[in-house]
Amino acid sequence: MATQAVNSELFFSTARQLRTLFDSRETSSVEVTRMILDRIEVLEPQLNSFITVTPEHAVKQAEIADQRLRGTGQEPTPLTGVPVMVKDNFSTKGIETTAASRILKGYIPPYDGTVVHLLREAGAVILGKGNLDEFAMGSSSETSAYGPVHNPWDIERVPGGSSGGAAAAVAAGECFIAFGSDTGGSIRQPASLCGVVGMKPTYGLVSRYGLLAFGSSLDQIGPLTRSVPDCADALNIISSHDPHDSTSVRAPFGDFGEGLNAGISGMKIGVPREYLVEGIEPGVRSAFEQSLKTLEDLGANITETSLPLTDHALAVYYIIAPSEASANLSRYDGVKYGLGATDASTSAEATEAVRGRGFGEEVKRRILLGTYALSAGYYDAYYKKAQQVRTLIRREFTDAFLQFDVLVTPTSPSVAFKIGDKTDDPFQMYMNDVCTIPVNIAGLPSISVPGGMSEGLPVGLQFIGSQFGDATVIQAAAAYERSTSWHQRHPTI
Amino acid sequence: MDQLTPKDVDHIAQLAYIQLTEEESEKMRVQLSDILGHFQSLASLNTDGVEPTGHTTDSNTIMRKDEPEPPLDQEDVLRNAPDRDGEFVRVRPVLE
Repeated sequence: MATQAVNSELFFSTARQLRTLFDSRETSSVEVTRMILDRIEVLEPQLNSFITVTPEHAVKQAEIADQRLRGTGQEPTPLTGVPVMVKDNFSTKGIETTAASRILKGYIPPYDGTVVHLLREAGAVILGKGNLDEFAMGSSSETSAYGPVHNPWDIERVPGGSSGGAAAAVAAGECFIAFGSDTGGSIRQPASLCGVVGMKPTYGLVSRYGLLAFGSSLDQIGPLTRSVPDCADALNIISSHDPHDSTSVRAPFGDFGEGLNAGISGMKIGVPREYLVEGIEPGVRSAFEQSLKTLEDLGANITETSLPLTDHALAVYYIIAPSEASANLSRYDGVKYGLGATDASTSAEATEAVRGRGFGEEVKRRILLGTYALSAGYYDAYYKKAQQVRTLIRREFTDAFLQFDVLVTPTSPSVAFKIGDKTDDPFQMYMNDVCTIPVNIAGLPSISVPGGMSEGLPVGLQFIGSQFGDATVIQAAAAYERSTSWHQRHPTI
Repeated sequence: MDQLTPKDVDHIAQLAYIQLTEEESEKMRVQLSDILGHFQSLASLNTDGVEPTGHTTDSNTIMRKDEPEPPLDQEDVLRNAPDRDGEFVRVRPVLE
């Protein structure tokens, strides 16, 4: 493991490949963890993908993992000994959790969220907490109070968001798997812009307990990985019914990787034309058309279709998500944790001051938008109307899945854009999620895989499945990945 | 869609307990008006008799047994309070 070339190959290997190195005793979790911590130290000044790195915790977990891998502890899992990152909106006991907000600076959670707990049980090595848009509100990871994340393919560009730190870290070899949250595209869009795999499972498949809530009817945790098989392995570990989250389902949790090698011959794939939106970049469009040819060559039946309500999804989302956010974020009042205002003369003044100082601009904008949509006189016209259109959008998807096994679309209409390019026009920023948002509205599973390059930057391909069709989405993505090499390209950072 | 007025923004900010500077308030007024303008397309859709969707799992009220679990460690919780007095969290006066 001495030479630089071997190291960079190691850092860009998949979790499954790493596991074979563990099993053949070519390296150990402690050795890899130490090397990756060194790499993080070197790369962080350029990338800023972590808010907190926890080297001591990580090495301690790696030591325990090595015992498991050598057969002296609990039975190992596919994630045992694998260095991972969790987004900084996951509660981690004893480790600062900020959601990239000033208002939570210094907050040390007294408990682990369910996914963090499951990762620890599985023996994953948690390296630290990933940078994000403040409270996961954004599509560029620029609204973080701890500075923007830079895209490893071009550090003058954004990594996407809100799980930008997670996507950048997986792309740059700062971790093998990262865990993010996706409310309107926050896993898939950055995965697309950084050239990695990112999956939002069916709503309810993964417990949200301990995830700092943004839009509770839309939020879902999922993995970002360097391969589809790694994604299936990770989803197998984090999906569970959890009594702490009443929205987590009691579905029979099979093996999400059961179709990894099944191929897609005869699979019916729909291409909804509304996703090839006006303003889609030509390079993204041509990469997408190339991908359709690949899928056809693999034996899939590709048919164009139409989901006309797609055009209304953005409006529905930007009413529902901010409304839910305005309620969820009311807990940040400066009393029990985070920023305080001991100089205020009344409780109400203290709350206003803390929230005025502690929240960044985008978070304020969304809270105000949601408060407006829920306020007396506007509730029916905005919130209720949006929820009704949500029903129509769900029906449209349900009908489509009578005809198709999966739908395929571009993940994002553009490749990574320059830092600062879209910060002055919020609606322009919201348009980045136009292809990912409908999926959250309907609670469906969806995965983005590397699907081409344009102007030297990664382009993502999105597969959407029916509710609880997570294994089918993974099956289609795996077949595509096996016949392309986009996922094997890495930035030269 | 009419533009929001400065008074509208003040009112929402008050409901949301967020102190805004004058500059922020004006910026929000312009941007929120723009965003709300994009929502007007929904009015063109007929939703008569359509049930609203609150969430997508079709589960209703979930019941569980009310069994006590070990509580969080008191010190772990209290150390996060910005203003603390022993076992208490101190707040500013509620009544003026």
